[in-house]
Amino acid sequence: MKYETQKVALPFFMVAMALFALQIVFGLLAATVYAWPNFMAELMPFNIMRVSHTNLLIVWLLIGFMGCTYYLMPEEAEQEIHSPTIAYLQLALFAFAGAAALVGYQFGIHEGREFLEQPFWIKVLITISFLMFLFNTSMTLAKGRKTAINLVLMLGLWLAAVFWLFAFYNPSNLAVDKLYWWWVVHLWVEGVWELIMASLLGYLLIKMTGVDREVIEKWLYVIVGLSLFSGLLGTGHHYYWIGAPGYWQPIGSIFSTLEVIPFFAMVVFAFYMFWKGSRNHPNKAAMLWALGCPTVAFFGAGVWGFMHTLSWINYYSHGTQVTAAHGHLAFYGAYVMLILGVISFAMPQLRRVQPYNQVLNMWGFWIMTGAMCFMTFTLTFAGVVQTHLQRVLGMNYMEVQDQLGLFYLMRLGAGVAVAAGAIMLIYAFFGPAREQVPAGGTQLTAGPQRA
Amino acid sequence: MAEGLTKSAARNIFYGGSLFFFLLFAALTAHSHWYMVNTSTDREGLTESVKHGKEVWEKNMCINCHSIMGEGAYFAPELGNVWERYGGHQNPDAARAGIAAWIRAQPLGAEGRRQMPAYDFTEEEMQALIDFLQWTDSIDAQDWPPTPAG
Repeated sequence: MKYETQKVALPFFMVAMALFALQIVFGLLAATVYAWPNFMAELMPFNIMRVSHTNLLIVWLLIGFMGCTYYLMPEEAEQEIHSPTIAYLQLALFAFAGAAALVGYQFGIHEGREFLEQPFWIKVLITISFLMFLFNTSMTLAKGRKTAINLVLMLGLWLAAVFWLFAFYNPSNLAVDKLYWWWVVHLWVEGVWELIMASLLGYLLIKMTGVDREVIEKWLYVIVGLSLFSGLLGTGHHYYWIGAPGYWQPIGSIFSTLEVIPFFAMVVFAFYMFWKGSRNHPNKAAMLWALGCPTVAFFGAGVWGFMHTLSWINYYSHGTQVTAAHGHLAFYGAYVMLILGVISFAMPQLRRVQPYNQVLNMWGFWIMTGAMCFMTFTLTFAGVVQTHLQRVLGMNYMEVQDQLGLFYLMRLGAGVAVAAGAIMLIYAFFGPAREQVPAGGTQLTAGPQRA
Repeated sequence: MAEGLTKSAARNIFYGGSLFFFLLFAALTAHSHWYMVNTSTDREGLTESVKHGKEVWEKNMCINCHSIMGEGAYFAPELGNVWERYGGHQNPDAARAGIAAWIRAQPLGAEGRRQMPAYDFTEEEMQALIDFLQWTDSIDAQDWPPTPAG
């Protein structure tokens, strides 16, 4: 750790991991209701579990992005963080807002629009905290070196804040409501968040592979260009059936097909840099996440998204378990794995211990990633059966759901395995700091310096 | 990657191209807004009661079990076309009574069946909610969903 203020990232990572654990708890509860419908029916209705599960995801990813930014910015800008005090304050504010929203949900206090359920005053607090964060990091950037990595990262974060403002707009015409709702929900996860993802990935690859910055930064521009060129009009795949004009069907089909390309480019990019790299970085676990993230994102966001993105397929699969399958793997691969990778990379420096508990970290990686893939497969099977019975044969919704019990049971099992993987990982991050390296040492084996 | 591509060229393509696609997207969104207000939704039918019904829908967070026009949670049936499913196009009064009775009957308490919580709607809220669902059913959604099952 070259800069003292990089340690600002540590509390962000701790809060993020605590919320991640809670997200999994609510996910497990909701998955249990799918398997045993009467489970907690009076204590906590399903909608409360579900809103907690999805909101926690968003809140912890945002806090994770902030932590990653605070960690990376001093190194990239060659400049200490403008004000660590502001960083701690805005974290406290954001964590308070998130916690207040979560507690409020248990008592039915919310705005009731999917993913934007936070009450008005909490939305305001989140906005204030985010602006403090942007001010703090932008000031740091303004004073220091401007690299493609930190410029693209800050652009992604600023645009995320700009599009968030649409969360405050709730027209009474449901169709118009949905039209702009996607300006937050889609333009975040399939647009500007991809800038954040690509730049953080680029940072990890520069640090770990030793490949020349110029090469990586050129790739970065190409990838984020592809993301926005395809992702902006790709919003069209959400406009098929909400009362929008018919032209969104060809536009959405074409551009969301193209959305696969930046994800594929990220896989090629990561592996190519890995093979090309000459540096033997000792943090093998972080390298595993840096390669795993684009790979799973390619399948989850790219392939699973493509499976039902063409309008004539989406006509049948829209809003079935196919969507749930895609959503789970896409979020996990693109954003969850990314943040876990940066934390894996940063923790040894933040705690001033050389790569430790790497073996446990890697077990966490394989168990959690394997379980998420299995969960995605079961939900995909459930979705295909559901699509056929309900959308083609026209069977009643609840009758169809009765046919899917086995899949939901297997999904619950996968959820338990995800929880086990997460516990290992959190222990590897924050548990007793002891050095533990894989058999055969920690040297990367790729590249020209292979022994 | 093309070897001839320099970093600054890649950067300019990114900024320029993104701006172009954003402006195009914004223009199409503006047109879609206009189209929704004037063509695909029932502007005259968007009464105070329908607006209130949308508030009832949000206040009770129906979206985190049900989907509406295919979006929401996938735990409970699609409600964008529930008006059609209850035969509202043929017999509006019966559909209205049927939907209200169904909501009032919750929770069913049947073992092994997903439970909808009890909602203590006033008669006015109930009618507003049903007005909202009826209005939603009338949106021209390009013929979606494919079957009345939702």
